[in-house]
Amino acid sequence: MTELLRNIGSMAINGVWRLGLAARFFALLLRYSGQAFLRFHLTIREIYYGGFLSLLIIAVSGLFVGMVLGLQGYETLQRFGSGDALGVLVALSLVRELGPVVAGLLFASRAGSAITAEIGLMKATEQLKAMDMMAVNPIARVVAPRFWAGVLSMPLLAAIFSAMGVLGGWLIGVVMIGVDEGAFWSQMQSAVDFRYDIMNGVIKSVVFGVAVSLIAVFEGYDCSPTAEGVSRAITRTVVGSALAILALDFVLTSFMFRGQS
Amino acid sequence: MAPENPDPLVRLEGVRFAYGENEILKGVDLTVRRGQVIAIMGGSGCGKTTLLRLIGGQIMVDAGRVELAGRNLAEISRAELYDMRRRMGMLFQFGALFTDMSVFDNVAFPLREHTDLSPELVRDLVLMKLNAVGLRGAERLMPAELSGGMARRVALARAVALDPMLIMYDEPFAGLDPISLGVIGQLIRRLNDALGATSIMVTHDVHESLEIVDYIYFVSEGRIVAQGTPDQIRESQDPFVHQFVCAEADGPVPFHYPAGSLDEHFFGKELRT
Repeated sequence: MTELLRNIGSMAINGVWRLGLAARFFALLLRYSGQAFLRFHLTIREIYYGGFLSLLIIAVSGLFVGMVLGLQGYETLQRFGSGDALGVLVALSLVRELGPVVAGLLFASRAGSAITAEIGLMKATEQLKAMDMMAVNPIARVVAPRFWAGVLSMPLLAAIFSAMGVLGGWLIGVVMIGVDEGAFWSQMQSAVDFRYDIMNGVIKSVVFGVAVSLIAVFEGYDCSPTAEGVSRAITRTVVGSALAILALDFVLTSFMFRGQS
Repeated sequence: MAPENPDPLVRLEGVRFAYGENEILKGVDLTVRRGQVIAIMGGSGCGKTTLLRLIGGQIMVDAGRVELAGRNLAEISRAELYDMRRRMGMLFQFGALFTDMSVFDNVAFPLREHTDLSPELVRDLVLMKLNAVGLRGAERLMPAELSGGMARRVALARAVALDPMLIMYDEPFAGLDPISLGVIGQLIRRLNDALGATSIMVTHDVHESLEIVDYIYFVSEGRIVAQGTPDQIRESQDPFVHQFVCAEADGPVPFHYPAGSLDEHFFGKELRT
């Protein structure tokens, strides 16, 4: 029993300790970001690897999620005789919730894990130390470009996810089931508010981008420099990012959407 | 061999260092004069690499002082430390080449980061450095395509890209075949003399080192236990040096990790736990 309590206590202390470390790391990252922005081609290169190469999985997943929404949404809506509102349902669920959240989860597992693995292996093979010994700050040269690439890519990926989802909903609803096309688009257009729905979704995706990118670079930079250490760090990135996205989504949703519209 | 210059580039005085509870260095004094190639030798885990990390300013002493070109490393700012590191080169044990860059880009890295030289000039400098290590023809290869010895030579070219005043080598001979070993040894000596640099190498390869260095320090259990020129070391009667040079399994450095008596361990009560 004492052992159990002691373990819980030590885990809690460890968790708080790591949170503090991550906060200090974030402060350092912001401090050296200026240097990284001066050489923006480094960030653009990372946007290519993290963002552009995630496009396919984001687009395909968005399409499927939209198609499922089309099927399930129509099934429920038509019970109340409002199958025409399918466009509204698909678009709102995507731009408010599923776009940022699912794109964030996919981004964490595809790009986040890759960032952690890359930085972790660079640490394990002493590349970061070598860079530091060459008077090149690894946070400015390696970490900051990857972080900002993630932050910039995430909202764009979420937007593409939502757009593909709407297309998927349209394919199922209009093309296959036969919902009236005019109603589908016009109801969507009148019900989706740019500031209230779309901008709040964009804000969410930016926050998720910061969270996922920070977790990914921190876990990579902080991992123990062994094969086991790197693999644990990747696991922590994926699990930590998923939990962070879902928890932050709840907090943000409770502030943003309170039933008035 | 380089002429002796009385002016020390690196000086360690009473250096103590511990990782947590584990005291690694227990008062080390060491001097490296300009132009010298010196070796720090000792068994694995005796604190040799820690010494290099202290000289490079990667970690700071708990007590004592580390002086580099007359400056106490504990008293300088991070910007000044980075300034000094631009004049240092370090060869890591396994090269630590950037795996996402070609051989050429690896060697060009410090030049591109720290100078505004034109691409043509960078190209010429990189090819000259690669030529010095015999790998001009390998400029387009990626680090994954190199053998261990070649990777070490590329890393050496990268370490000397900015013509440093101090070059540090962490186990430059580890895991190399005899030919590569000889090549690296000769390169260390030749580059040091050609660049007018000073070199410190941490190694446990006695015979290769005795051929090329000017002075040797032996480290054991966190202290300097013997020192001298290669000739003095070869003739030394010191039991530690003798054990090390002749590669004997047992001596002042025991074969066994500290343990209880055999009787107690095999037949005592510890067996039952």
